[in-house]
Amino acid sequence: MKPAPFDYVVAASPREAVQYLADVEDASAKIIAGGQSLMPLLALRLARPSLLVDINRIPGLETIERISETTIRIGTLVRHRMLCAQTNSPLLHEAARWIGHSAIRTRGTIGGSLAHADPAAELPIVAVAAGMVIEVMGPSTQRTVDAQDFFIGTLENSLADDEMIVSVISPLPERWGFAEYARRHGDFGLVTVAAAEVQGEVKIAVGGVGSKPVRMLESEGLVNDSVTLSGQLIDQAARAAAASVEPNGDFHGSARYRIGLVEELVRRSLRQLGSGQADSEVDWS
Amino acid sequence: MRVTLSVNGKPATIDVEPRRTLADALREDLGLTGTHLGCEHGVCGACTVMLDGLPVRACLVLAVQAEGASLLTVEGLAGEDGALHPLQQSFTEHHALQCGFCTPGMLISALDLLNRIPNPTRAEIRSEMSGNICRCTGYNSITDAILAAARSLTQKD
Repeated sequence: MKPAPFDYVVAASPREAVQYLADVEDASAKIIAGGQSLMPLLALRLARPSLLVDINRIPGLETIERISETTIRIGTLVRHRMLCAQTNSPLLHEAARWIGHSAIRTRGTIGGSLAHADPAAELPIVAVAAGMVIEVMGPSTQRTVDAQDFFIGTLENSLADDEMIVSVISPLPERWGFAEYARRHGDFGLVTVAAAEVQGEVKIAVGGVGSKPVRMLESEGLVNDSVTLSGQLIDQAARAAAASVEPNGDFHGSARYRIGLVEELVRRSLRQLGSGQADSEVDWS
Repeated sequence: MRVTLSVNGKPATIDVEPRRTLADALREDLGLTGTHLGCEHGVCGACTVMLDGLPVRACLVLAVQAEGASLLTVEGLAGEDGALHPLQQSFTEHHALQCGFCTPGMLISALDLLNRIPNPTRAEIRSEMSGNICRCTGYNSITDAILAAARSLTQKD
């Protein structure tokens, strides 16, 4: 459980960081931010980069700024701990609370979590539901990618080998819901659901049922076509979500069990979206 | 690579490969074997230490990333005169350790918990300590010990 050897540099700016990435000929350089996903991969030697580019000391990437009435920009180095502490986005506050444990949230970053693209991780699911836009930099390029298009598959994102995430633009949803079920506190969720209404349109993203966050398009249609979010409509949307997913079973939970979780957690997140109450405050009886 | 840092209030300089984890550097290069390594990939919590006042898994931080940092390990909990920290004292009194392997991480995580929540409930302790695994399954006595330490610490203030 020791990482394979690599070289290590500390970048002073995003431009310098991506130049380091570009200068490595075999394209096996990696950015290290909080390291809470990359370090296990290194320890298990699932990743064997030739160079690690540390971005932790780049100034200005650890801030959250309000850029309009309804949008915030989140620097790539903003830690989960800071997402828990901020009050601009209650959805991000709630989702970040579910990530790992205190010692993980101290270091883990939003940019790192998105780039790692674990299909069960909280932030990619929230990014898709809230319609976040990811700001990306390369040695001679700057571009934005919709969260929806950013995730390609399990641990696979749409960054080029010499690009990094600099910041994330997040709309502040008018209404939202978040529900997750894990066997143990702090584990990755077996199923995680985020629902967010931005400019009157509800998006629902589900994690743990595919190789990336999956949108529940039929459920979204039902919710968006209706004027009121009645209990009956929520049940209908929850059943539609369950009918649309094809999760794999594993020793943590069978496929059928996960489908059952999708139905219940979509129901809970939509009830929360409708009521404005956190999951723990709602009486489910 | 040369790394200069402060460990338990004392300056230290080490020369390590970039791949050296902070946990290995503490144990192998600095001889501070109080920090234990269980899973070595961030799951068990045994290697939890304080880095600039915040808890981290020492196996998920590279030693070279700790340049200039101030660390607190289990060796730094007791007073100069060897008097146990109230948490350590409470762990002893409440039989909160059996084999002792998880204890260094438990103590540092408990310290972080009490820094943030001086008067935790049992439920808060169980939730906050869930990132530290004890294979002797002494969780109830660990919870008792933290609760008692919280009481004694807040009464002192």
